[in-house]
Amino acid sequence: MRVARVNATASPHLESLADEAVTIIREVATECENPVLLFSGGKDSAVLLHLAVLAFAPARLPFPVMHVDTGHNFVEVIDYRDEFVRKVGARLIVASVQASIDAGRVVEDTGPRASRNRLQSVTLLDAIAEHGFDAVFGGGRRDEDKARAKERILSFRDRQGRWDPRNQRPEPWDVLNARIRKGEQLRAFPLSNWTELDVWQFIDAEQIPLPSIYYSHRREVIARDGMLLAVGGPVVLEPGEQSSVETVRYRTVGDASCTGAVRSAAATVDEVIAEVAAARITERGATRADDTFSESAMEDRKREGYF
Amino acid sequence: MTSLPSLPTLRIARPSVATLRVATAGSVDDGKSTLIGRLLHDTKTVFEDQLAAVEKASRRYGDGERNLALLTDGLRAEREQGITIDVAHRYFATPRRSFIVADTPGHSQYTRNMVTGASTADVAIVLVDARHGVLEQTRRHAFIASLLGVKAIALAVNKMDLVDWDEGEFDSVAKDLAAYVEALPTPVPVFAFPISALHGDNVVAVSQHSPWYEGPALLDWMETFDASGPAESAARLDVQRVIRPQGSDFRGFAGRLVGGRLAVGDSITVMPSGQRSVVTGIQRFGRELASATAGQAITVSLADNIDAARGDVLVAADSPATESVSGHVCWMIDQPLREGSRYWFKHGTRVGRAVVSAVEYRHDLHTLEPVAADQIALNDLAMVRLSLSEPIVATSYEVSREGGRLILVDEATNTTAGAVMITEAA
Repeated sequence: MRVARVNATASPHLESLADEAVTIIREVATECENPVLLFSGGKDSAVLLHLAVLAFAPARLPFPVMHVDTGHNFVEVIDYRDEFVRKVGARLIVASVQASIDAGRVVEDTGPRASRNRLQSVTLLDAIAEHGFDAVFGGGRRDEDKARAKERILSFRDRQGRWDPRNQRPEPWDVLNARIRKGEQLRAFPLSNWTELDVWQFIDAEQIPLPSIYYSHRREVIARDGMLLAVGGPVVLEPGEQSSVETVRYRTVGDASCTGAVRSAAATVDEVIAEVAAARITERGATRADDTFSESAMEDRKREGYF
Repeated sequence: MTSLPSLPTLRIARPSVATLRVATAGSVDDGKSTLIGRLLHDTKTVFEDQLAAVEKASRRYGDGERNLALLTDGLRAEREQGITIDVAHRYFATPRRSFIVADTPGHSQYTRNMVTGASTADVAIVLVDARHGVLEQTRRHAFIASLLGVKAIALAVNKMDLVDWDEGEFDSVAKDLAAYVEALPTPVPVFAFPISALHGDNVVAVSQHSPWYEGPALLDWMETFDASGPAESAARLDVQRVIRPQGSDFRGFAGRLVGGRLAVGDSITVMPSGQRSVVTGIQRFGRELASATAGQAITVSLADNIDAARGDVLVAADSPATESVSGHVCWMIDQPLREGSRYWFKHGTRVGRAVVSAVEYRHDLHTLEPVAADQIALNDLAMVRLSLSEPIVATSYEVSREGGRLILVDEATNTTAGAVMITEAA
């Protein structure tokens, strides 16, 4: 059941980031009564789950993992999710956006460019309430976005799941204050201080498996709003649009309706690391239509309960 | 449409010098966020889409073509008001060193966020507007940074272009702050730089505008400053959790090693019970180690069936437990701290109740004299004495950051109310 191992060649910089993350995971898991770890099948959550398994070894992971499933997934990612979770022996909870739509909790946008990305927050908050989770681990990193750069490591959410960026709890040192009242919740970000390059170098050092779509492959795509979207599933060609088959990979993995691919021939971890090191565009800027929607798109979603 | 970018050559070498953690400090509008934006921009850390977004936002807020402060002022309210409200963390590296930068707010209203950002910093960059000199908030931030134990203060005398690069103005500000820091309870070295964050003078490269200045550019200093600490203190491990896999005899104490080094075969004492034992195994990331060093997140197995739990401390050298400590406090909530006030405390992994047994005095930011006070208000710095419901293994903050600090938590709201740097345990 162990997929985890540590490569002796990991740099001191990466090792100290991993020590920090393990310490945060242990602390929050022990202070809180009912934590859960969000696992999307993306690279950051793969690193997070890998570290969480190591944090409690040789005991089992003492909390479940949860995927907020928009229903607009890459099949490779769902297969990968199930396999990874099975290998580490974790319990998987799937919170379904489709179920939220069917139950009338959210109303789906219509039209060829509709995205379920924003609906995820309601599904997430409903699942947190249903299972009574008091702390939720996420793979969010401060270098991803200007609103995420403002996040605490242990971030307080009120009974409605809202983030109040103007009134965050002080967080001196790494003495984490996990006290909350019933119904309130904490979001914990053990990878806060990691960069995209750190994540990839750690994946390399630890040989963490990832969904195949992170590596170069041929795919039918349509260029739309500066993004290369995979044709099929939620993405339907509009009149006058013409798709093409390109050699691409994904830098981030999210809802298929708003996650773009990048042209890339990087087929191995080493090649991806070289590409990331030379990148001149941020990962979310290059691949996430949801973040470029408005100047404060991420902040607005986070206020509503998103990660 | 089909042209692929060629694969770049691998360049992932990490500088061998330890990462430097930097916090900005200083009064509002003295240019903290602009300086960080300038450092990010001139070290080519800013990505094209970020720069495009900043240019778009600059026009929208009427901030000229490219307001670099918007690189860190990422919240909508910050952009609307043109101020920093909360800490932004940014990461950048030069060929010589990696940096973690906490850009902190200058408004006194948000001092708690400055404390958050500066608490983990190796050095503070204190900005001063050359036209206005050292202000109350400059003093408060320099005081807080020194209490939090930064190894040095880099004084960036900013907006030198607006005083015609006058050497006398620079000297006067530099002497003023250096004298102030020298008189603090915990003085630290001050290095002064005449800069223009807006135009980039003396930030990453030495400027032609200040021929009288013979020192390095700020970045050059940041790349070479030695922030390694004093001699290592004795090893300790605050137990976070007891790891007991089902159906196995394994029993390990998980925590982050502080100070020194711990090896299999070492004798340890469990505090506060005082039981002694020997280390029989150490794991890190699920792998067996012969020894561990400070900062590593480990799981320790002991020879005897020792009764230890979360909150207990494994120590290599004798360290008495105490239920009473004195220390400097930064107070961060509206409700004042008074003698007799009750809070939750957290020290290491120990949580309990704390009662303020005495408010010894308040620090006067101007005279630096102790002032008698019966209550401590938001943003005040004071010396207090605490009585604790649970024994802790405390040292002075000067001896050990980890053993010498605790937080106070408000019982009503559960918010973190105070940061305490212990001066005396007993």
